[in-house]
Amino acid sequence: MAAQARVLKQRVRSVKSTQKITKAQELIATSRIAKAQAAVEAAAPYSDQITDVLTALAGASTLDHPLLVERENPTRAAILLITSDRGLCGGYNVNAIRAAEELAALLRDQGKEPLMYIIGRKGVAYYTFRQRPIMDSWTGFSERPTYADAEAAAKVLLEAFLAGSDGVIEEGPDAGDNGVDEIHVVSTHFVSMLNQVPVARRVAPMEVEYVEHDDDSGPLPAYEFEPGPSELLDSLLPKYVTTRIYAALLDSAASESAARRAACKAATDNAGEIIRTLSRQMNQARQAQITQELTEIIGGADALAAANSEED
Amino acid sequence: MAEMQVELVSVEREIWSGPAQMVVARTTDGDIGILPGHAPLLAELREGFAARITDESGQVLGVAVHGGFLSVTKEKVSILAEGAELSDEIDVSRARAAYDQAKAAGTEESDRLEELRHARAQLLAVGEDV
Repeated sequence: MAAQARVLKQRVRSVKSTQKITKAQELIATSRIAKAQAAVEAAAPYSDQITDVLTALAGASTLDHPLLVERENPTRAAILLITSDRGLCGGYNVNAIRAAEELAALLRDQGKEPLMYIIGRKGVAYYTFRQRPIMDSWTGFSERPTYADAEAAAKVLLEAFLAGSDGVIEEGPDAGDNGVDEIHVVSTHFVSMLNQVPVARRVAPMEVEYVEHDDDSGPLPAYEFEPGPSELLDSLLPKYVTTRIYAALLDSAASESAARRAACKAATDNAGEIIRTLSRQMNQARQAQITQELTEIIGGADALAAANSEED
Repeated sequence: MAEMQVELVSVEREIWSGPAQMVVARTTDGDIGILPGHAPLLAELREGFAARITDESGQVLGVAVHGGFLSVTKEKVSILAEGAELSDEIDVSRARAAYDQAKAAGTEESDRLEELRHARAQLLAVGEDV
């Protein structure tokens, strides 16, 4: 009996220390959500502006840039999968990876070979453990992505895209016959504190939307361009792709923190529940032990008394 | 004096916005000055130079712009940049050191050239001679 009480005490202590970790992670994640959302908001003016600028440009140029035109026979597609660097975030990574796998299956059905590019240690671990090829990966910034991080990934992807599946990349770590015809990004969209959904989007070639203008607004202003519209498009489009990847990174970072908060909150609550049950069992065991000891002492005393009275 | 709305937006945040009298920047074709009422314009800014915004009180604001575009519409002037720093955020001695170091190392490598341009934009923004 004494042994049982001690074992239970040990288990309570162990669950408590786990609870401390999850509680701390929950608090950290909560504070990070606000920061991540602020970063998403702060990045909005630039992406709004660059969209406006591209709209203005689209009216003036011929739109035959490689980033805008669908390739005739696409044979390879890049998938950029955004996952987290750390765990303790529930289904966040599993969902993102599943979305990427579904996209890969879809691309294979369409006769395109998917090539994986991965951001975040968890995604890298998933693919290396299964010994599946990874074209390139970037890690160490999933919770606080900067523009430079997005730029590093975008540079490699754009290089592969501009080379095309027929072309050959001449320099860099991805040198060789690794060009792609499409770029897809799988990220996690922050819907609310309790709901984050994985989304897959194609960033290149871009889909051009034609918008009907109301007659009241009149014709678009006649822009002057320095240098010409097509040169401007050349330098703007890659930046636009980078912005899209950066936005996906920020959105995923907010989702990661929200997922971690929810997962750690559930874990903390469960730990509290286990601690309550275990403490009850422990108290019961202790009480039973005390009762037993008392009965033994009383029984022993009675036996002694009986023996003494017989001697007299 | 007439005024126009100017916005300086970097990828990570909006850096400055407000009414201004004049904006001067260097595009790939050369220096350009924007006054209120300018015709709509879209221009790529040259790497490694600074833009100057004259605000409503006549004060000149230097900005180091990295990887930027200039867009002028009827409503406003916006400077879009991958990175931008206002002159009072720039550490002059560090920029000078970086500039000298990058210059001494030569400009054959693209990384070096980028550093050099970055530092030069910073120095120009604070009004130093380069």
